[in-house]
Amino acid sequence: MADNILLDAGSGGMASQRLIKEIFVSRFDNAMLNAGDDAACIANAHAPLAFSADSYTVAPLFFPGGSIGSLAIHGTVNDVSMLGARPRWLSCAFIIEEGLPLATLEAIADDMARCAKEAGVALVTGDTKVTPKGACDKVFITTSGIGEIYANPPLSGASAKPGDAVLINGVIGDHGLAVLAARENISFLSSVKSDSAPLADLVESVIEAAGEVHVMRDPTRGGLATTMNEIAAQSNVCIELDEAAIPVSADVSAACSFLGLDPLYLANEGKCVCVLPRKYAEAALNAMRASKYGRKAAIIGKITAAKPGKVILRTRIGGERALGMLEGAQLPRIC
Amino acid sequence: MSGAALENDLEKLAVAARGPGLCKSLLGRLEEILDGREMRFMEVCGTHTVAIFQSGLRSLLPKSITHISGPGCPVCVTSEKDVSFFLELAARPDVIVATFGDLLRVPGPDGKSLRHAQAGGGNIAIVYSPLDCLALARSNPDKKIVFLAVGFETTAPTVAATVIAARKAGLGNFLIFPCHKLVPPALLSLLEKNDNGLDAFLLPGHVAAITGLEPFAFIPADFQRPAVVGGFEPADLLLALCRMAEMLATGKPAVENAYARVVSENGNPRAREIMDEVFEPCTALWRGLGDIPCSGLALRKEYEDFDACKRLDIYPSAMDKPRKGCRCGDVLKGRITPPDCPLFGHACLPSNPVGPCMVSSEGSCAAFFKYGDV
Repeated sequence: MADNILLDAGSGGMASQRLIKEIFVSRFDNAMLNAGDDAACIANAHAPLAFSADSYTVAPLFFPGGSIGSLAIHGTVNDVSMLGARPRWLSCAFIIEEGLPLATLEAIADDMARCAKEAGVALVTGDTKVTPKGACDKVFITTSGIGEIYANPPLSGASAKPGDAVLINGVIGDHGLAVLAARENISFLSSVKSDSAPLADLVESVIEAAGEVHVMRDPTRGGLATTMNEIAAQSNVCIELDEAAIPVSADVSAACSFLGLDPLYLANEGKCVCVLPRKYAEAALNAMRASKYGRKAAIIGKITAAKPGKVILRTRIGGERALGMLEGAQLPRIC
Repeated sequence: MSGAALENDLEKLAVAARGPGLCKSLLGRLEEILDGREMRFMEVCGTHTVAIFQSGLRSLLPKSITHISGPGCPVCVTSEKDVSFFLELAARPDVIVATFGDLLRVPGPDGKSLRHAQAGGGNIAIVYSPLDCLALARSNPDKKIVFLAVGFETTAPTVAATVIAARKAGLGNFLIFPCHKLVPPALLSLLEKNDNGLDAFLLPGHVAAITGLEPFAFIPADFQRPAVVGGFEPADLLLALCRMAEMLATGKPAVENAYARVVSENGNPRAREIMDEVFEPCTALWRGLGDIPCSGLALRKEYEDFDACKRLDIYPSAMDKPRKGCRCGDVLKGRITPPDCPLFGHACLPSNPVGPCMVSSEGSCAAFFKYGDV
C-alpha cells in the first residue's frame, strides 16, 4: 500500500479491500468480522440489550494518555455499561481524509485493538470512507455498541431518589485539560494525561457489591457539572455536591486556576458517577477502590428533595452556590 | 529563587488562602470589625466577581455587607460601536480576526455575534495569548491578522510585546484593533459623576500587579474612600474586606495592598515600559460610562502601521446605541444589580444574550445567573 491513504481506498474496489483487510480485520480479528458479510450475525445475544453510538472528532489525534482510537472504544464501551450492561459487540465506521498517513491509521487501529481486548469487546462490523482533502479533518470515527443488560431494573438517569449518595471513581478534569494542552501546545501542562479507560468491569463490580444502584453515568463533554444537571433534571431531584470531597489532582487544579477554567466542566473519559441508596455507599466505594480505575474513588454528594432540578455546590469554605450548565464551550479568561 | 520554585511557593500560598479554617476565622474577624455597620463595596475586576460567587463567599458575607460589581470586565465595557466594528472586520475576506474566546458571543446591535459571523464563513481564530497571532501571521501571508486588543492593564503589556516582536520579525500582516482600557480613570469617572453610596473599593489584583498602588491614590485622597488591592482566593478577599472595614471604622481611608505575595507597591515597571513604548493614553468609549479621557490606549505614531483602522482605512462608525431594554450600562456603573434588570433571566439569557454582561464569563449578569440562584 502507498504511504498515504488515497481516494481509491474508499471506493469499494480492491484498494478498499486491501485497506480493510490489512489495517482493520488483521487487528480486530474475530469470527464475526472475519466472515466478511455486510452485517455481523449475533446469534446469542441475551435481552434486554443496551445500544449506544458515539462519534469521535478529537484534535489532535494523539495526546498524552490516549488517542482518537482509544476514545472510540472506551467511549462506547462506557456508555453501554452505564445501563448496567456488559458491552459485547462494537461497530466502527471511519471517515478518512485523503492523504492521511498510513502509519497514523495503523497506530489508531492498534490502539483500538488493544483497548477492545482489554474491554473484552469485539469489533464485529464496520465501514470505511475516504473523502477528498478538506472534507473532513484527518479522520472521524463512529462506534456503536451492543451490551447485555444484567442490572434489574436497568440503570437510568431518571432513577435517582432523595436520600441517595453520589460517588465518583476518581479525579476529574484530566482528559479535558490534556486534550486542550496538546491542541494549543501548552507546554507547562505536559504532565497531565487523559484518563481514558474502560469502565465495564468497575461498573459490574459496584453493582454486585452494592446490590441496589440507581444511576451510573460517565461525565464526558461538559464535565461532572453537566452530568449532575442532566440527572437532576431527569430524576427531578436536587443534587448537593461537597466541593472539598470532589477529587481533583494538584496539577489540574493549578492549571485550571491559571487558565481560568473550572475542572467541574472539563471532560472525563475514564470516570463514572454512581447514585445509590446511602446505606450501600461504603460497599460501592470499596468496590470502586479495589478496581484498577477506581483507586481514588470518593463519596461526593447526596440527593435531596429540596429544590428539584437544581444542583448546589457546598464550597470548600462552607458557602454555597448554584452549579448550572454552561451555554456552550468553556473558554479561558482574558486577564 | 528559580522561576519554578517561586511559582511553586506562590501556588502553595494560594492553596493556603483557600483554607476553610483560615476563612472562618477571617469571617469572624470581619463581623467583629464591622459590628453591624453597613459596608457597600465595589469590585472592578471580572475575576473578582467570579471568585466571590464561585467560592461561595457571597453566601457567607455578613448581611450588612453589599457587594457591587463595577466596570471590571473588559468584554462587558466594550462599546456597541466597537462590537459592530468587530463584525465589520470579520466580514472582510482579506482578514482573519484573532480574538480571545470571550468576545465570540457578544451580540452586536442586531443580535449577531462573531459566533454567527464564524458560522457564516467569517475567518475567526480564537487565541489564548496575543503572541499566538504571530504564528497565524506567518502561516497566512496573504491575509491580514487583526487582533481584537481588548483587556485592561493586565493584558496590554503582552499585546505591546507582541507588536514589538512582530516589528522585529518584519511581520507586516499582523495588525491590532486597540480597545484596551485603563481602570483608574473609570473609577474616577464613577466617583465624579455618580454617588451610588459606595463606601469602599476592592482594587483589581492583576491590574495592580502592573500599575502599582499610586494610580489609585486619588480614591482616599479626593473621595475619602478606602481602597484595598485584593487577591482571588477566599482568604485573600476576606483579608481585603477586613482592611476595608477597619479603615471605615477608624475613619482613616488609604490605599492598601492585601495581595502582597503578587502585587508590589510599585507594580511592574518593566511591563509599564513596554506598554509605554507602543501605546499612549487616549479617550475611550466605555459601555455604560461613555467617553472617558485618558482611559484607553492608542498606538503611538511609531507603531501606527500596526493599527488595523489606518491600514485597512476603515473606522468604527456605527451608532453607539444599546439594544432596546438593555441595562448593561447601569449594571456596570453599579446602579442596579443584574436581577433588577427587567430582561434578566427572561429575555436575556446566556443562550440568548441581549448585552455582554450576560455573555462574558466574567460578566456580572452571567455570574448572577450561573451561581446566584441557589
